[in-house]
Amino acid sequence: MNAEAAQPYRLVVVSGGTSDPSSTRMLADRIADRVASLAEARDEKVAVSVIDLRELANEIATALVSQLMGPKMTRAIELLGAADAIVASAPVYKAAPSGLFSSFFHVLDNDLLIAKPVVLAATAGTARHALVVDEQMRSLFAYLRTMTVPTSVFAATEDWNSRELGERIDRAAVELLLLVESGFAEKVRTESWKSYQHEYGSAGGTELDIDLSTDLMRLATGGSAAPRRKP
Amino acid sequence: MQFGVFSVSDITRDPVSGTTPSEAERIDAIVKIAVKAEEVGLDVFAIGEHHNPPFFSSSPTTLLAHIAALTERLIVTTATTLITTNDPVRLAEEYAMLQHLSKGRMDLMLGRGNTAPVYPWFGQDIRQGLPLALENYNLLHRLWREDVVDWEGEFRTPLQGFTSTPRPLDDTPPFVWHGSIRTPEIAEQAAFYGNGFFANHIFWPSSHSKRLIDFYRRRFEHYGHGTQAQAVVGLGGQAYIAKRSQDAVKEFRPYFDEAPVYGNGPSMEEFTKGTPLTVGSPQEVIDKTLTFQETFGDYQRQLFLLDHAGMPLGMVLDQLELLGGEVVPVLRKELAARRDPGAAEAPTHASLVAAKYGDAPARQPRPNANRGDNVTGGSPYQDGDAQAEYPSLG
Repeated sequence: MNAEAAQPYRLVVVSGGTSDPSSTRMLADRIADRVASLAEARDEKVAVSVIDLRELANEIATALVSQLMGPKMTRAIELLGAADAIVASAPVYKAAPSGLFSSFFHVLDNDLLIAKPVVLAATAGTARHALVVDEQMRSLFAYLRTMTVPTSVFAATEDWNSRELGERIDRAAVELLLLVESGFAEKVRTESWKSYQHEYGSAGGTELDIDLSTDLMRLATGGSAAPRRKP
Repeated sequence: MQFGVFSVSDITRDPVSGTTPSEAERIDAIVKIAVKAEEVGLDVFAIGEHHNPPFFSSSPTTLLAHIAALTERLIVTTATTLITTNDPVRLAEEYAMLQHLSKGRMDLMLGRGNTAPVYPWFGQDIRQGLPLALENYNLLHRLWREDVVDWEGEFRTPLQGFTSTPRPLDDTPPFVWHGSIRTPEIAEQAAFYGNGFFANHIFWPSSHSKRLIDFYRRRFEHYGHGTQAQAVVGLGGQAYIAKRSQDAVKEFRPYFDEAPVYGNGPSMEEFTKGTPLTVGSPQEVIDKTLTFQETFGDYQRQLFLLDHAGMPLGMVLDQLELLGGEVVPVLRKELAARRDPGAAEAPTHASLVAAKYGDAPARQPRPNANRGDNVTGGSPYQDGDAQAEYPSLG
């Protein structure tokens, strides 16, 4: 690896689990641990931070109904904005990822997670919910334009001791690590960031570029937005 | 430095008494609030513009002209005037009239409002909100500066040889503030014209408002209107004041908890911590307001929101007593002591006239005789030589 690899990859775990211990959090931790040990075997380091949404429940509700981001939300946004990779793990309630989990991602800026590699994971009490990850969580993360890995990780009660769950976790971890190593997110952001839609102050308050050469800026300064048709 | 109050013009149920004022009661109350603002030594009264219940302020210039007639020093202004759905020709006329009647004790703040349905009520399209605001101001700017305007844009019918009457008082256009929370184009427009820039400064931490204000200051300098310190900045803010801090918290909580917009959301404690709101003693309001100057640099106008969320008139008048009596005098002294001598003074009609004419007398336009065709044509004023450019067949 190159010299920059000395800097550990920043892996952020977002867990929507609400109990302690929570199986949703445990699933996320297993994936994160696997990514870390795979990385270690390749002489790379991973620094893991965890956002337990349970602790942010009040601030998420506040952010949904007002425009105020509390201190924990602000910290979570900083962590995600700087993340090289994300593991997002939700409990399934009523055949959908929990409202707490979805709401957290609903209040993030649309451009905060662009191109970042993500493993999607979910837990449920029955295998009947197995498609929640692919059919519901994937579309949310597609909207956020993340780079979700091909393997989804789903664990129902009966999966916890199965060898196959371990294999899926392995697969997802490898996929995540390869995407991180490829530097895809960084390259997209370096080469193509401007081509996505942004608002002033979006991307968690970091998107502060102002393009002075737009039609609207021309209009703002006494000119005309649209080129006039010749009579 | 000017201090004042700004009102949204909401008519909200008082959560303590359970009664909702009638429109008549609330309109009477707002006039008393404005008159009281002058009485306690404040400089500015600002009213919002809305075209739907539960708000009353659909016709700000009528209200402000009445208030100007009842006061002697107070500057009446808006927060904000909708530059999107109002025809800029009507804005030019109405606010010039207000300027004459108030003898220059007025200005106005332009904004895009927060009510999406208002656009179709006035035949406009919200998706064009920003270009509408920008183009409309470009026209308004000219209507106050040129006796005869030929104009063509995207959003309203073209004008040919049009004269907006009356001409501004002393032929000196009202000062204009552009209000915006997160739109760089609005800050750019304010900077381009050398107008003021106002940050609502109610819902977000100061750090949020600072980004655009800093951009505006840089662009103001870029366009040659003066140094960054000479840019004209106004800030909103919100306070509930009582002699004792714990009384303020107790008295204001029911109003906070059920306030339109942010009520039933964050706790008052979270909101006071994360935003410019202060609920406390006069000293606490002073301390927080002084942090605004530390964050934004010297600025020209501070407006407080005091009369919303169903607070009864008596309570608002008490707030004004405390604001004018105990908070603002200390702020004036403290801010004057900290002020960079290069910072701009708050603009007034007198300062704008002085800047335009120096010691010379101001222009007083006198129209030419009516030619009977009700078309002003080339040169509507005796001292003017403006000429309309009519299309020709050639």
